[in-house]
Amino acid sequence: MSGTIAHRELGDLLGRQWRKPPFIRNPWLRWALLIGSFGYLVAAFATIEVNWSRVYEGLERGGQFVLAFTSPDFVSRGADIWKGMMESIVMTVAASVVGIAISIPIGLGAARNIAPLPVYLVCRAIVAISRALQEIIVAILLVAIFGFGPLAGFLTLSFATIGFLSKLLAEDIEAMDRAQAEAIRASGARWLQWINYGVQPQVLPRLIGLSMYRVDINFRESAILGLVGAGGIGATLNTAFDRYEYDTAAAILLLIIGIVMALEYLSGIIRAKVQ
Amino acid sequence: MPVSERNGTQVWQRRTQGESLVRWFGWLIGVAVFLYCWQQISDATTWFFVWDAPRIAGDIWERATPPRWEYITQLGRPIWDTLNIATLGTLIALCLAVPVAFLAARNTTPSALFIRPLALLIIVSTRSINSLIWALLLIAIIGPGVFAGVVAIAIRSIGFCAKLLYEAIEEIDHTQVEAITATGASRWQVMAYGIVPQILPAFAGIAVFRWDINIRESTVLGLVGAGGIGLQLQASLNVLAWPQVSLILLVILAAVILSEWVSAKVRGAII
Repeated sequence: MSGTIAHRELGDLLGRQWRKPPFIRNPWLRWALLIGSFGYLVAAFATIEVNWSRVYEGLERGGQFVLAFTSPDFVSRGADIWKGMMESIVMTVAASVVGIAISIPIGLGAARNIAPLPVYLVCRAIVAISRALQEIIVAILLVAIFGFGPLAGFLTLSFATIGFLSKLLAEDIEAMDRAQAEAIRASGARWLQWINYGVQPQVLPRLIGLSMYRVDINFRESAILGLVGAGGIGATLNTAFDRYEYDTAAAILLLIIGIVMALEYLSGIIRAKVQ
Repeated sequence: MPVSERNGTQVWQRRTQGESLVRWFGWLIGVAVFLYCWQQISDATTWFFVWDAPRIAGDIWERATPPRWEYITQLGRPIWDTLNIATLGTLIALCLAVPVAFLAARNTTPSALFIRPLALLIIVSTRSINSLIWALLLIAIIGPGVFAGVVAIAIRSIGFCAKLLYEAIEEIDHTQVEAITATGASRWQVMAYGIVPQILPAFAGIAVFRWDINIRESTVLGLVGAGGIGLQLQASLNVLAWPQVSLILLVILAAVILSEWVSAKVRGAII
């Protein structure tokens, strides 16, 4: 066997049998990590209570649900689905527009190379708060404050958009080419002209791509805000699950998947066009 | 370069007249759509509640402070459950995402015509549905509890991990694979020595990144009954125990910040 000969030659050269180098060099750290993760897994599995008979019973219902995808029922709750979907889309569009509009100045302020330190700190704090709080928790609080309805969902999504987009925009501005911005400034441009002609052309393609991505996320999130009463298709979906109307639930899920796919396709086209 | 003549002098303009017109029209449509959407939201809103909002917010703030600190003794188990949901869910998802990613990547898929679209369908459908919806569905099927949460997180994460992983596989350096193939390695050896070492850093990064997201998501899964600290949040909200709610929110915030810190550290160490 030529393979074994090659191995022996390599072994002779090294003075020992060749072995794959380990992933973590330090043997102590390696074993500690291995044993630690094994111990954690044992503890985790030991504390999860699974009612297997309940799971077994549920499998039949699961099968029904999967079958429901072959015959989704768009009609019998058609009015509710249409209303919920429209509300989700309306919330998505309005929140994306407002969120993007607000996140541009905050993104400019959160970029260290164009904003003075106090502005930078304030903007970064806004971004950090917005990113640390989850959509659904913000939605719960806003529903408690503003009452049920799409306004709470709209505000939630706008707030989440600000954190996401401002951070990425600021990072993009910080990574831009300084020479171009300086050239505009050297021509005697005012601050606004400097931003408009020196900074904006460099970051616009990425900003458009990110905005499209955020619209996509906002739509997906708007589908769950209804669970806590913040408007959108989520409430309808929840009711469908509660009443075991799997064919209606399947119809809603298919619509969500379809719209997300369409948005992704659209954003692909737009991104290819602007870049 | 579009230049217009005005009073005999040439004036530079950024866009030609046609371009400006198209842009202006685009903005008009955009503004009209936005105003329509705003009208819809406004119609569905009880504005009296909104004008009353500052008073309500102040009221809630007053009720929620100070947090009921002694309640933390009852939160140990829910936090442990939350951690388990996120970690086990991520592990299961990674095990399932790897084969899906290899089937979806153009350079490793066995059949670009039949299997690749199937793998892409799995990725899109698991990715576009939020984990809370998966949890709702799983609770209807297998009953409430931590197990439903683990499965919900796992399903939701498959698409995310597989998408990022298959993009990493498609971007590998092909010469290395060719070099391993040239030594006479079998298909699996090529996989193990040519492809896996190239995507391992990306894989570890994706795993930690997703774990971080899953910690966030598993904190709220309890709202629909899928275990974790969200159950306590829902129970406290239902009885309007605002001091408990504020404590739970603080704990969730701490967990989110901690997980983000851990994931940033680990990713920094790997890459």
